[in-house]
Amino acid sequence: KNELAMDKGARPLSLSGHVGFDSLPDQLVNKSICQGFCFNILCIGETGIGKSTLMDTLFNTNFENFESSHFEPQVKLRAQTYDLQESNVRLRLTVVNTVGFGDQMNKQESYQPVVDYIDRQFESYLQEELKIKRSLHNYHDSRVHACLYFISPSGHSLKSLDLVTMKKLDSKVNIIPVIAKADTISKSELHKFKIKIMSELVSNGVQIYQFPLDDETVAKVNTSMNGHLPFAVVGSTEEVSVGNKMVKARQYPWGIVQVENENHCDFMKLREMLICVNMEDLREQTHTRHYELYRRCKLEEMGFKDTDPECKPVSLQQTYEAKRQEFLEELQRREDEMRQMFVLRVKEKEAELKDAERELQSRFEQLKRLHADEKAALEEKKRLLEDDQSSFGKRRAAAQLLQAQSLTANGKKDKDRKKYVHVDTKAAVSSEQ
Amino acid sequence: IRRKRRSKASHSPLRMVWICIEAVLDQMRCKTMKAGFEFNIMVVGQSGLGKSTLVNTLFKSKVSRKSCAPDYEEKISKTVKLHSVSHLIEEKGVKMKLTVIDTPGFGDQINNDNCWEPIVKYVNEQYEKYLREELHINRKRRIPDTRVHCCIYFIPATGHRLRPIDVEFMKRLGKIVSIVPVIAKADTLTIEERQEFKERIRQDLAANGIHVYPQREYDEDPEERILNNRIRENIPFAVVGTDKEHQVNGNKVLGRKTKWGIIEVENVAHCEFANLRDLLIRSHLQDLKDVTHNIHYETYRVRRLNESNLNFSELGLSAVPLENGTADKCESDSHL
Repeated sequence: KNELAMDKGARPLSLSGHVGFDSLPDQLVNKSICQGFCFNILCIGETGIGKSTLMDTLFNTNFENFESSHFEPQVKLRAQTYDLQESNVRLRLTVVNTVGFGDQMNKQESYQPVVDYIDRQFESYLQEELKIKRSLHNYHDSRVHACLYFISPSGHSLKSLDLVTMKKLDSKVNIIPVIAKADTISKSELHKFKIKIMSELVSNGVQIYQFPLDDETVAKVNTSMNGHLPFAVVGSTEEVSVGNKMVKARQYPWGIVQVENENHCDFMKLREMLICVNMEDLREQTHTRHYELYRRCKLEEMGFKDTDPECKPVSLQQTYEAKRQEFLEELQRREDEMRQMFVLRVKEKEAELKDAERELQSRFEQLKRLHADEKAALEEKKRLLEDDQSSFGKRRAAAQLLQAQSLTANGKKDKDRKKYVHVDTKAAVSSEQ
Repeated sequence: IRRKRRSKASHSPLRMVWICIEAVLDQMRCKTMKAGFEFNIMVVGQSGLGKSTLVNTLFKSKVSRKSCAPDYEEKISKTVKLHSVSHLIEEKGVKMKLTVIDTPGFGDQINNDNCWEPIVKYVNEQYEKYLREELHINRKRRIPDTRVHCCIYFIPATGHRLRPIDVEFMKRLGKIVSIVPVIAKADTLTIEERQEFKERIRQDLAANGIHVYPQREYDEDPEERILNNRIRENIPFAVVGTDKEHQVNGNKVLGRKTKWGIIEVENVAHCEFANLRDLLIRSHLQDLKDVTHNIHYETYRVRRLNESNLNFSELGLSAVPLENGTADKCESDSHL
């Protein structure tokens, strides 16, 4: 399908000689060579399933690898970037591995860090694209172009973790499922396993990457490869002598599994599909399909539309102005709210303080009253005591007078009566009381 | 927590055994050939300078509007109008949609004040069209590119200097589009006259701060600079155009036959048509498109977005935590 011919008003014209624009593809390719290419692979698989080894084998080199522990509390992603060169082609390769995938007791959220990573790369690109001053042709594209999903060689079926994860990722990235450590499965079991896996993927609606069939030059090989999915791979960087050659292989007591032998595993198919035939298509699909989907969703989420409810085209500027107005109003509202809250809080505090003051005051009054009462009581007691004292004084005076009178009336009987009167006086006082 | 680490290979690329990364070049070639290319070329100059003929000669077919519009009248129009005509041409499997934009009426009036304005308007309109498409939510898989990739400006072969209209036009348009100036109908100049004329033109261009293609400031690396310097030392190209063939020394050549000889258009000893063709088509066509897209279009976009105060980052675009683990907060938070 010639995209150009779909444009109206362009008539085909024949040339009467050699013009020279047949060099255009070369001109374009030369520019790309100068700039270099980016390719980003994400490997998802359980710890120890062979992700790093497979990457080393695919790219024929030793990337810096770490053995991960099985005790990671959460799934993490580790990304490493390498600059590779082959004759005059420079490739900036980023390999992203999951760490701790499948190790947790509760795997419900295992897929989330992966989804977040992929989204972050899209977001990064989108932000660059929407910048006013941007430099897209210099931008280091970190979007994931291919996702190798490593399936455990159980021989039975996919795990539910596999299905859930792949379902979450199939609209965000090109998924290429591979069966890891395929040397543990026999040929007949492998065939059944592959059929089971593919049918499970189809029945769960998981869209894996299909090798493209629209270009005649590669349609044939791609069709055949699509039928071999998922690729059963074995990885190894160790070389073993087989016949008179050194080949990459795994040596067992019962035989040697050769990585690059198509009878032993699908490694060569994977390498051919991933790198030799479809690398550019993987990059293109990521940009024109997955990224566009992300961008569209993100912008729609923010309220941008191409047409308003009456289906008239809305200029971005209008939408933007409306959004901006909304945003500024929201800002103003929140500011006002905060201000009001502040005023309220101040009032409350003031009231609180006033209450406290009042309470203190009343307590003070109370104490004062108490104090006054006590003082009055004491005064009263004092008065009583004084009264007592004075009345006592009066009676003593009266008694003494009586004593003195009786003394002068009965002169002789003085001595006797003194004692008696003395005693009597006391008795008289006490009887008066 | 992720660690993004550049290996030591950032400074010395890892060399590795052949695993067929080169195949990606072929993949790219295939895809671009399948998709086809677009190229939009504008020709500007007074009537009678041979614009249509030159474009036809460049593309070895009747691509100019003059040649293919049935109702074309050879009349000097009262205003500058722009007409574009598109053709699909193919060579060795490479398909191209070529659009030639003609500017009849330019420089033909008695009063030519502001005759560049319709042209400036047209160029900016194409940038605007592209920008709108790019800003759509639902974007086309391939945005149709009508932007002017190259503007050939025809300088009459007076032999003296640039005229005021030449200076004014190139000054204004040079800022928004890649201009390739040519000396038209150069068969009226001898080689010495031609060299002197070119030198004076280059001086005039420099004196007026006019940057023509290939612009010095866009050279990307020393190699490109050397290549482009050689081109810059030779512009403007002195060209002759024709679609007639004649026999010269037993070969059929494109040429203009006069009483005193045959001017072979594709002979570099006679005129510089071949140099122009090589520059525009065989070596720098993709570069012309890249400069238009990466520089002229971006400049327009920056201006437009600033004018409409469209600053998306103000709206706190990101809701997803960024690489360093901190969420990109809404401007409002920090403001508050």
